[in-house]
Amino acid sequence: MTGKTLYDKLWDAHVVRTDEEGTSLIYIDRHLVHEVTSPQAFEGLRLAGRKPWRTDTVLATPDHNVPTTDRSRGIEDPIARTQVETLDANVAEFGITYFPMGDVRQGIVHVIGPEEGATLPGMTVVCGDSHTSTHGAFGALAHGIGTSEVEHVLATGCLVQKKSRNMLVSVDGKVGPGVTAKDIVLAIIGELGTAGGTGYAIEFGGEAIRDLSVEGRMTICNMAIEAGARAGMVAVDDKTIDYVKGRPYSPQGEQWERAVAAWQDLKSDDDAEFDRVVHIDVTQIAPQVSWGTSPEMVVGIDAKIPDPGEESDEVKAGGMRRALEYMGLEANTPITDIAIDKAFIGSCTNSRIEDLREAAAVAKGRKKADSVKLALVVPGSGLVKKQAEEEGLDRIFLDAGFEWREPGCSMCLAMNADRLEPGERCASTSNRNFEGRQGRGSRTHLVSPAMAAAAAIAGHFVDIRDFG
Amino acid sequence: MEKFEQLTGLVAPLDRANVDTDAIIPKQFLKSIKRTGFGPNLFDEWRYLDHGEPGMDNSQRPLNPEFVLNRPRYQGASILLARQNFGCGSSREHAPWALLDYGFRVIIAPSFADIFFNNCFKNGILPIVLPEATVDTLFRETEAKEGYRLTVDLAAQRITTPSGEVFEFEVDASRKHCLLEGLDDIGLTLQHVDEIRAYEQRRRQEAPWLF
Repeated sequence: MTGKTLYDKLWDAHVVRTDEEGTSLIYIDRHLVHEVTSPQAFEGLRLAGRKPWRTDTVLATPDHNVPTTDRSRGIEDPIARTQVETLDANVAEFGITYFPMGDVRQGIVHVIGPEEGATLPGMTVVCGDSHTSTHGAFGALAHGIGTSEVEHVLATGCLVQKKSRNMLVSVDGKVGPGVTAKDIVLAIIGELGTAGGTGYAIEFGGEAIRDLSVEGRMTICNMAIEAGARAGMVAVDDKTIDYVKGRPYSPQGEQWERAVAAWQDLKSDDDAEFDRVVHIDVTQIAPQVSWGTSPEMVVGIDAKIPDPGEESDEVKAGGMRRALEYMGLEANTPITDIAIDKAFIGSCTNSRIEDLREAAAVAKGRKKADSVKLALVVPGSGLVKKQAEEEGLDRIFLDAGFEWREPGCSMCLAMNADRLEPGERCASTSNRNFEGRQGRGSRTHLVSPAMAAAAAIAGHFVDIRDFG
Repeated sequence: MEKFEQLTGLVAPLDRANVDTDAIIPKQFLKSIKRTGFGPNLFDEWRYLDHGEPGMDNSQRPLNPEFVLNRPRYQGASILLARQNFGCGSSREHAPWALLDYGFRVIIAPSFADIFFNNCFKNGILPIVLPEATVDTLFRETEAKEGYRLTVDLAAQRITTPSGEVFEFEVDASRKHCLLEGLDDIGLTLQHVDEIRAYEQRRRQEAPWLF
């Protein structure tokens, strides 16, 4: 008998039942809830006269719609305000733990889950948000679900699922200077394509992943969905356990000892078989910049914009032409020639303390270029903000002419007031460069926090390895 | 959920790969706390020439004549023909809600993103995967012949073209059953309450820190 993958182990530990044709009910240990994808689910419960199966597994916070500027007057947009007030009312009615606006623990769901120790190794984690894959960094099975599934998990504690196939993405070698977790995952998406992971659960392994911090691993797993995989994950090691230890929701005392012992097994067996294995040589990865309207449209900072004329696949070439037109770019332009209007440092991909330190190290003692209208720094949670301020990072950003804001999703998807104007070009640490993502007509280039800060200072993309 | 059994409907072709859920329904419309009313804002940024916001009178907005769904010949379409990786990106169920509210009950593509695919079944929409070459054929025929209609029979898992050509498709048996009967899967899961409780009891012994 062959060994099991990490995904097999997580799956097997959570199967409640499986029917004849292989559809399973899997048990959910943690359910994160935010204001955008939950109102219709709570309404569904009410209409059917159902109660939540368990409330102690659920943790809620508003993040998508919240303003990042002064919050003393609440939310100005009446429709957004109604949505957040609806969440306020729903958590009160159903008795769910809640970090409302104004609570220092409020923040982006995918930042606060790990920060609170609400995300633990070996758990199944779901949220009505595709970037739930982030939590896989802890050796957890975590993925995004739709609103009907949010209602299903609330009502039954379970999710109806078919098992995915296993993929291993092994990132081999030692990471070079200036190359971050963000660059690694963008390069992986460039290699796999935006649908390359569809139908798979991806385990990220190899020396470069083991060398990453837990926060770096979160950045990697966060973008598994950008390669089409609902779930990404990394095996548990000492770094994972050190990160989790002592957090508010982490087990304590004897329970902690038992948990740590159980978590030692959360890795793929040596003889486990994967349906697909992809090797990435990390020594070949330069800092990455996306040029198009899909995260797979990405190249190294030292490259030029690809030429659709050299693409043999007709559908693909058409997509490239449309992307270049939308982005206002010409094929064969060096990436370093692209000037930006705004920079955004934040989102569930890159708004944790290490990301802010990385950006601050670049901004320190420098000034934003006059041609850059706005460089926005949005911490992932109230606690990240507090810690950054204790470290003096806010001063570094403010002195460099960047803006320092309140926590939330902000300009990653521009549901609140933070957005690009039509035609504006942004160096963004977020996860999606889709048409209109950061505002109608917005042009997004996905980069690491250091690369976004450097672009804000230079006024155009620069190779962080030469920026000194 | 409305049942889906059989449908004969006008086909509209959307000839783009990787159509993401941000394009299907832009974020400003996600502020609604309802499941309905998203149809007028389906593909909002492609469909209209101005910037759309919730609460606008969409009938007064300038339409983009270039966008395929605005062409007179595709008015009333209930089957959307699409390219690979349709529905990629966010998990927003507002995307299938918008497609349904607009009038689409079937989407045909060579491949779909996982979460979107799953969300369709929860809302009475049938997403059908057909081989790339077959989808190419359907695109050609749809564009060549005004009023091109397909008949989709879920029970038989067959699509019939106007010329009588038949394409078979695969669908998961449990999803097919739920669609044919219009079943709410929460009700189905709650038939297994005893098994969920037994799992919890077992799990509580193994991993008490989760309870």
